[in-house]
Amino acid sequence: MEATAAQAARTNGRPPETEAPASLPTRLVRGVASQIQRRIPAADLDERDPDYIRENLPTAWLLSSLWFRGEVRGLGNIPETGPVLLVGNHSGGNMTPDTTVFTLAFCAYFGVERPFYQLAHNLVLSMPGLSFLRKYGTVAASPENAHKALEAGAALLVYPGGDWEVHRPSTDRNRVDFNRRKGFIRLALEHDVPIVPVVSIGGQETALFLSRGDRLARLFGLDRMFRLKVLPISLALPWGLNVGDMLGHIPLPAKITVEALPPIYAREEFGNEPDLDEVYDHVTRLMQDTLDAMAAERRLPLLG
Amino acid sequence: MRVAESLEVSAPPEVVWKVISDPTRYLHFLSGFTRWEVVSDEPGGCGARYKMLMRVGSAEIGGLIEVVEWVPNRELAWTSITGIDQRGRWRLRERARDDGTVGTWVELRLTAGVAGSGLFGWLAERIAAPTVRGHLRRSLQQLKRQVEHEELRARAAARRRARAAAS
Repeated sequence: MEATAAQAARTNGRPPETEAPASLPTRLVRGVASQIQRRIPAADLDERDPDYIRENLPTAWLLSSLWFRGEVRGLGNIPETGPVLLVGNHSGGNMTPDTTVFTLAFCAYFGVERPFYQLAHNLVLSMPGLSFLRKYGTVAASPENAHKALEAGAALLVYPGGDWEVHRPSTDRNRVDFNRRKGFIRLALEHDVPIVPVVSIGGQETALFLSRGDRLARLFGLDRMFRLKVLPISLALPWGLNVGDMLGHIPLPAKITVEALPPIYAREEFGNEPDLDEVYDHVTRLMQDTLDAMAAERRLPLLG
Repeated sequence: MRVAESLEVSAPPEVVWKVISDPTRYLHFLSGFTRWEVVSDEPGGCGARYKMLMRVGSAEIGGLIEVVEWVPNRELAWTSITGIDQRGRWRLRERARDDGTVGTWVELRLTAGVAGSGLFGWLAERIAAPTVRGHLRRSLQQLKRQVEHEELRARAAARRRARAAAS
């Protein structure tokens, strides 16, 4: 009797509905989501392998120099030693050529001996065939991993814009868009490390990005299941119409230029308890100004 | 990759040695090099260490190097401690010239690579070699010009002093 009353209360007096079994597509998506969650590697900074990086520098150099005609400036702005938070704008869909070009330049300039980690979306690290990224120091984007890397005295590369920025439409290719994410500032303040903005251009010319598909992502519940805010739609090789970019694509050989700016010491510049919005606006303003200048240098898309 | 370039400088080996044994002057004549910085207590001699970088394609390659041979007016060689595997050598030899003056044959060698990098490493070295060779050739030409101009200025100063003394 009590159980019946409780049931009636839960259903607001209406007769209880029998729970309908999930539809096949929903079950499929949930199944894939749980598989992916299982595949996300545990945080382990020890997986970075300097010898592996050194042995693969020539391959990265070939890709960066011949395909992307990479040009990296201002590496001298990055403090020579100690922990540092490198904050980049992200471009090029899931292939992210700017990361390849910058990682090569950083490892060649400072030596593979300097610990250097990059935060990446969980999906990237759980993709079959991409486990080698962990040897480069790529770890799943989580506050825990970021703290561990900075506590270890490493340089840490983060892309606050993440999937939101990397899949922005080609029409916004010269726009820094972190979607007001300020976690990187809290991280820098907590560890009292300098922020070095790293601005890149050219990545968004490696395919024709039509839409982020953020509404589609919400419709399919991708945010809840995969932490994905977008379901991007692009025209890319070899697929033609490319929805989701889950299998990646062949990036067009656009010239990639990257520039590291002078370090920002938030507490020195904004006081002991800086206003996050103020620091955010300062960092993004500097990056946007640099990106505008770099865009003005480019004469033609792709060719640079 | 093993790259070597050489030329003859119209100055005695001691004058050339004075330039190449001074790491603070390297960036004034080395072409394509973006860094040559002393990181040891001693700026010269066996055991001196430098941080050097050279722009090749999309990256600045190099690392920490240590001088392993230091024979004044003849040989200066280094090997890498960190960064890519490399060995470099300056080789100076005296050359008597027809006009009775003494010149110096200068050779700059660089052997660089990454052990264990396989086929792509081999390919990258072949593609990078012409760029590195160009850097070395231009560096030698700039060294020659710098040394010979200094030598000309020194001789002119000596002539002026001699004339002043005679009058």
